[in-house]
This record gives sequence, C-alpha cells and structure tokens, in this order.
Amino acid sequence: MGETLTIRLTVNGNEYDRSVEPRLLLSDFLRHDLHLTGTHVGCEHGVCGSCTVLVNGESVRSCLMFAVQADGAEISTVEGLATPADGSGIPHPEDADLHPIQAAFRESHGLQCGFCTPGILMTLVPFLEENPDPDEEQIREALSGHLCRCTGYQNIVKAVRLAAGRMRS
Amino acid sequence: MSHDTTFAAPPAEAPARPRQVGASPLRNEDRRLLTGEALFVDDVHLDGMLHAAFVRSDYAHGILKSVDLTAALEHPGVVAAYAAHDLGDYWEPGPLLVPPPPIEQLEFHAATQVPLARDRVRHVGEPIAVVVARSRYEAEDAAALIEVDIEPLEAVSDLEGGLRPDAPRIHDHLESNLAAHVIQRKGTWEEARESAHRVIKRRFWYDHGASAPMENRGIVADWDARSRELTVWDTTQAPIPIRNGLAAMLGLPQSEVRVIAPFIGGGFGPKIMMFYPEEVLLPWISMRLGRPVKWIEDRQESFFATTQERGQDHEAELAVDEEGLILGVRDEFLCDTGAYNPYGLTIAINTQCTLLGPYRVPHYHSEFRMVFTNKPIVTPVRGAGRQHGVFVMERLLDRAADELGIDRVEIRRRNYLTPEEFPHDHEIIYQDFRPLVYDSGNYAEAMDRAAEMIDYSGFESGVRAAARAEGRHVGLGIVSYVEGTGVGPYEGARVGIEPGGRINLVTGVGTQGQGHFTSFAQIVADQLGVGADEVEVVTGDTARFGWGTGTFASRGAVVAGNACHAAAVLVRKKVLTLASSVLGAAEEDLDLADGLVRVVGSGESVSLGDLAARANPLRGAVTPGTEPGLEATAYFGPERGVTASGVHAMILEVDPDTALIRILRYVVVHDCGRVINPMIVEGQIHGGVAHGIGNAFYEELVFDEGAQLLNASFMDYLLPTATDVPTIETDHVETPSPLNPLGVKGVGEAGAIPVGALFAQALEDALDIDGFEVREIPLSPNRLFELIRDAREEG
Repeated sequence: MGETLTIRLTVNGNEYDRSVEPRLLLSDFLRHDLHLTGTHVGCEHGVCGSCTVLVNGESVRSCLMFAVQADGAEISTVEGLATPADGSGIPHPEDADLHPIQAAFRESHGLQCGFCTPGILMTLVPFLEENPDPDEEQIREALSGHLCRCTGYQNIVKAVRLAAGRMRS
Repeated sequence: MSHDTTFAAPPAEAPARPRQVGASPLRNEDRRLLTGEALFVDDVHLDGMLHAAFVRSDYAHGILKSVDLTAALEHPGVVAAYAAHDLGDYWEPGPLLVPPPPIEQLEFHAATQVPLARDRVRHVGEPIAVVVARSRYEAEDAAALIEVDIEPLEAVSDLEGGLRPDAPRIHDHLESNLAAHVIQRKGTWEEARESAHRVIKRRFWYDHGASAPMENRGIVADWDARSRELTVWDTTQAPIPIRNGLAAMLGLPQSEVRVIAPFIGGGFGPKIMMFYPEEVLLPWISMRLGRPVKWIEDRQESFFATTQERGQDHEAELAVDEEGLILGVRDEFLCDTGAYNPYGLTIAINTQCTLLGPYRVPHYHSEFRMVFTNKPIVTPVRGAGRQHGVFVMERLLDRAADELGIDRVEIRRRNYLTPEEFPHDHEIIYQDFRPLVYDSGNYAEAMDRAAEMIDYSGFESGVRAAARAEGRHVGLGIVSYVEGTGVGPYEGARVGIEPGGRINLVTGVGTQGQGHFTSFAQIVADQLGVGADEVEVVTGDTARFGWGTGTFASRGAVVAGNACHAAAVLVRKKVLTLASSVLGAAEEDLDLADGLVRVVGSGESVSLGDLAARANPLRGAVTPGTEPGLEATAYFGPERGVTASGVHAMILEVDPDTALIRILRYVVVHDCGRVINPMIVEGQIHGGVAHGIGNAFYEELVFDEGAQLLNASFMDYLLPTATDVPTIETDHVETPSPLNPLGVKGVGEAGAIPVGALFAQALEDALDIDGFEVREIPLSPNRLFELIRDAREEG
C-alpha cells in the first residue's frame, strides 16, 4: 500500500476514522472498508448510477469520488434509508419500517434483480424532497441518470408516483 | 429425507384455497434487495481474501510470443501471478457445453475457449495472465507491469470474408473458419417457388448487442483444506453444472465442492456460459494458495470477456400465392460464433426454427453456416437468435403485403395456425434435440386484441390524420412472434414442512431477478393452503440442492416451477395421510387452509407444524417403511419445449430531418400459458421490450476491421434510459400448455424478440418514402438518417 491519509466522516449517522490511500474510490471505501455493500458498483465510469449515495444530502456517484474527498462529509447509503418510522400510509404492515420510497418499490414491482435499486433510491430521496409532486416527465428525467436492465423503468416510475403521493399526505 | 426420484408428472391436484397462482402477491425477495442486505458475489468478504486481476489481449488475433511475469511478481502486495505455462496439466480447453442436436448430415467443428491464452490470442480481451495480490488496486498495478509480446496477425472480422479460402485461419486444427453447416428441410422449397404467384427475395442483416446486466461477472473461491470444502460464489445462471465441472477439473468429489449463486444482478444469457476462464482459474488459485480469492469483472472487461450475441447475414425468399398464403420459405444465413463455440448450434437453430413463427409454412429450406471470427465468444443473449428469425419472416411478410396489396394484419391472419391445428409439427429439429412441435396457441386472438388496443382500424383517420395535419410523421407497427421456451432436460425441487410450521422450498436453478422466491412459493402455497409469503425459498446453492441444469431458455417457471408443483403435491399427500390418522377422518373430508388441516364440517383441525413434529418422533415406534418428516423431492422433465407467442404493436413518431424517434404507444399481447404471477410476468415483458428497444435503435457493438471493439463503455454503448422506454400496455391470452401440469410457458425472453421487426415496420409506415426499406438492425439515429437520405436520393 502506498501513502495513506486519515479521513473522518459520518456514514448513516455513525462516525468513522480511517486511513486510506488517496486513490481509493469512495465506492470501494464504503463497500470494502466499511462493509456497507448495499451500495453497488456497475460501471465505475459514472454512467450507470448504481453506486449513488448522498454526500451532504446530495446524490453523488460514489465511483467518481475518492474517499479522501469525503473527509468531513455526512454520507447516507441505502443501509441508512429504512429508519423506524410510523409507517404511515404503507398498507403492508411488514413493510412499515421501510422508507416510503422503498415500500413503494416493493408494491409497484419497481425492482427485479435489485442491483441498480439502491442507487436509484438514493437519487429519489433528494428528488422527492425537492419535487414533492413530480409529473411523469420529471420522474423519467430524474431516473435518466440510472441504468436498469430489468424493469423497463415503467414500474419504477409507478413507484415514484406512489411514494410521492404518500409522502405528501 | 425422501427421494422420490420420479420424472413422471404427477396429476394436478385440486389446489387449496385461496389460490396464489394467478394472483400477484408482493415479492418475498424485495426487502433484502431494498435495504441493501441482499448478498451479491462482490459483497462476499472473507478473512485473508486475495484479489485477482487479469491481463488480456489488446489484439484480436496474434501469436503470443512471450509473457514475462517478473516485474509483477516483485510488486508490493503481489502473492502470485500465472500465465498459461504455469497451469501445467490443468490447462485444457473448456468443454463443449452444447453438442449438436441429431440433424442429418450436419457439419460441426468445435473449438472451445482456454483458461489462459497459450501461443495464440484469438479475440480482444482473451485472458493471458492473472495476478493475485492483497488488494484489487495492487493486483491491477502489477498486471500493468506484465510484459506481453504479441505478433499481430490479420484478424477475421466479417462473416463472408472469414469463409474465403485465403482468410486467416483462427484455429490451426481446423481446415477453415467454418464452425458449422446445417441444412433443415420441410417439404420441397423448389415446388413452392415454382407454384408461387410471387417470390419475394431480400437480404437482411441482424446484429444483437451486449447483455449488459448491471452486475458484472464475479467469482470468489475459498478452499478450506481442513474441512476439505471448496466454496465458490459465482455470478452464474447454472450453479450445479459449475459444481460438477469444477469437481471434475480439480479432481475433487462433488461433495467437496459447493457453488453458491447468491443474488445475481441480472443474467440475460451470458451468465449461463461455462466455463469462463476466470471460473476455471479462481478455484485452482485458491487451492494452490490456500486462501480465498476474489475476482470481479469491471465494465470494460465485460464488453469483451463476457460472451455476446452478434450478427447474422440472411438471404431469404418467401413464396406466396395471390391471396398472400405462404407456400414456402428459403433462408440461407451466416452466423457469427466468435473466436470459440462452446455453445454449439443453439443460436442458429433457434433462428432457423423461430423464423417459422405462428405461420403455416408447407415448404421450408433453411441452411446456415456458423463462422469463427476474431471477436468475443458468441452465446445466447435474451432471445438467443430468435429475434433474427422473427425479423426475416416479418419483413418478408411486410413486403408480400405491399406487393399483393393486402393489409399487413390480414396477411398474418391468413397464415396463422389455428387453435385446431395443434399440436403442429414443423418437421425440423429444435435446440432441445426434439422435433419442433408447437403445443398450443391462439395467434389470431392475440392479434385481434393487440389491433384493438392500438386502434389499428382507427389509426389512419385518427392519430395519423391528426399528426399529418401538424406536419408530423407517425407510423404504426404490428408484428407476431413465437418463442420455444421451457426446454428440458429437467429440474428438481424439495419441499418440506418443519415442526413449528415453517415451509421450505429448495430448487437448483439460479435466480437473476425473475422473482423465483415468489412465483415458486405461490405454486407450493396453493398445494399446502398457505400464503406465498409463508414459503421460504432457497435457490442456487448446491449444498441445498444438487440436481438441475440452470436458468436459461425461459425455462424457470416451466421446468423448475413444475418440479416445485410436483414436490408440493407429494408433501400435500403426506400431510393428508398423516392428518387423516390424527384426526380420524377420511382424506376426502380434509381441507388445507391457513396452515391447518381441517375436517370439513367439523371444528377439528391440526396444524401443519404439529403434523411435521408427529412425522419426526424422538422416541417410540413407527410403522416399518415410514419415511420421516413431511418432505418430498420431485423432478420435472418436459417431453419437449412449449411454445409461447405474442403480438407487439406500437405507434412511433419520427422526424425525417433529424432521424430522431419517439415511441408514442407500445402494446404487448402475450401468451405464456397459465400466468403464475401477472405482476411478475408483466415486469418480465417490460424489461424484455426495453432490451429489445435498445437492440433495435440504441445498442450496437462497433468493431473495426481488425475486430477491435470501439465502444466498450456505457458512455459509448448506449443502453436505453427512462426517457427512451415508453409505458408498455400489456394484455394476456392464456392457452395453457398441455405439456406440463401447471399449463405454463416461458416469458423471460419474449419481450425482446419481435422489437426489431416492429421498429422496421413502424418506421416504414411513418416515413412512407418510396424505396425506404429497413433490412437491418440495430438502427440508430445516424443509420436511420443515412437510410432516409439514400432512399430520397434514389427516389
């Protein structure tokens, strides 16, 4: 291993101090150093969007960022998304602990192999915060930075509408 | 415990209420996937795990003169590095995965892939050396230090050129680059041609693209010398054959090899290929080093190290009478098989058979040559050659309709096989080695529904007239297809009830997103009177179930699904027999619901869990011959494949000046027999159509004359995004298959199959330019622009 730098960052509310090589990708740091493997890596050149996480509340492709650039940042990954909540509006009691977007994906069959799903969820969290009542074109535009080979996107769009409606009420 | 190894399909029992098959319960697997808990291969982390990186050929064809590992081995963090000569006796070409079916006078020449190139490289990306280090970063650093000396040779990049006598020869042990030559005939084509009112002749080019699952391939191998167990996590669609093959190669008993295909991030065909060089090498390396080793393919590697499907060059003729009835078809085609052909004839046979479509074709002459080229290996990708055949037939019918002045829906309707004509024998051999006999279908009904949904009769005066008034060009396409699905040989399943009432279902097929954890659970739930969410499903772990072949050819629901059904029927029988004695009631008077066996008309009941406990006593005596537990294993092997079918229709807008397109509507009417889970079936169709749209208009693997792939990234190889794929409207025709107890047919590939033919027809309809004909797929805005320009210049 070459020269290392020490970084301190928060991931899903937990603080971490780690020594890392400057060239270590944030995606690899999350997956292989912190073992948060819910964030997936599909292309490592910033196209597929599978590795999307929130850095200080904004959607970021973690394969296009070095871990050292996240020093001092607050990061959220899919593992931190399901926060115990009142589950209001989610009709399936077993999913009451899921984020409304996660529950809507299940109800709408918005995932098949599920590999691209965590990244899509992490784009949708800030998207729906900023656009609580998006139309289909806005939803498709928001999703256009993600590749999904299984679903044809149709049921993902459906899930976003369902989640948006529930989150508004 | 029980091993009722019968291949006979048990009789379909009256299922308990409420019926789960036909409903759309939410998927059992989703929570794990949505929360990040699901295990994918790259998520496996083991103490002391090493990481591998490969050095691959930059040349499509060349003499491999030397490989120098010295600098790599000296690099910090490197534990080992290997080239072909380091493998000793372990170096061996891979097995021929699919031998040729019994077709008379066929010519077939096998040349299978090798673990690491030795003496020759035959395609870009062929592995030459592997480095193992403490981290992937260090392994890649070291790989860059390996010195490879290749003397380039002229590469074979096109099919006709590859067959010329002076073409560079790719495999020295063969006389030419011809991999196969196959003729299948039905009737006498010459007779059809001579009696024809018209003979339509065209040349077509159809290229398939990459499978591009979001998860690249990967393997973790862990040899534990003390427990004598090799555990391999593999992104494979076929864990059991991988286990069997690895055991044989490594000289281990099968019981010491466990292959796990955990959650797989999409497969679409290439993950059924075996054996990939990396699959052969990683377990061997782990055994040599005594440490776990991981290799995860990166996206660029996947563009040439993962198999692809590619081009076919067809010259085809259709003979019709005045009424547009098909008298015969002649088709001669070349099929690219890439540098090696472990998958045999499958793709070309699929093309040959699927071309016949839902139609009555009295005379057929089909002849193909498969050609070795210096491109990556060709194996099936979603559709597996079927779209090539559908394209040829549908295009010829469109031309016949034009020439005879017959409506395009009408010409199809006139030629459809009718429901009374099943089973229909096409008198040729299919990829499953059986005669191509369609089991069932109702093609006209699917066409009627699709035409109604897209408003075929009102299109001209409605959508088209309105668009014309605004100067916009819209067109309608409507095409048919069939898909031979659910082929053998067999799959198995084990169903068990635990004391406490948990219900387990284990099957050998791997799963890549198709919803097996739910649809298989539904099948079992119906027999045992529980909800689908109460059946815990395990797939793809050879330690849990060791018999089976894999997930391919749209066969999961058909073959594994019916095995699940058969095992559940056996367990239901055991439950009823035991409950009958416990409750003192006749079996006919018992009902299974809500996890209980009840005596109909009385309040008495016993739970499945209690019965399971009674079936496994700790003390006392049992009747001799009694098998413990409420468990059964069963297998299903279909007599032959079942034929799914459908009609796709769309309305497309095209700007003739920019050649940009917009899909305004997309309709699918599909027949996959009895539908197990409509939500999942529709999802499969959506994804298939999206894949087909990519194949038709966005995705193209661009090779130069040196067989170098020019667009090996997602920035250059364009997968359709959410703004490219429209909302897909679906409907189902259900003609249950008589060939399996559930009456199901496959659906996994269907959506992708007719899309190229549909695009071609809709574009011609929208543009209405004299001489504008689409004879090739994939298109792109650029290519469409050229075709429009050429037609206008010639016109």
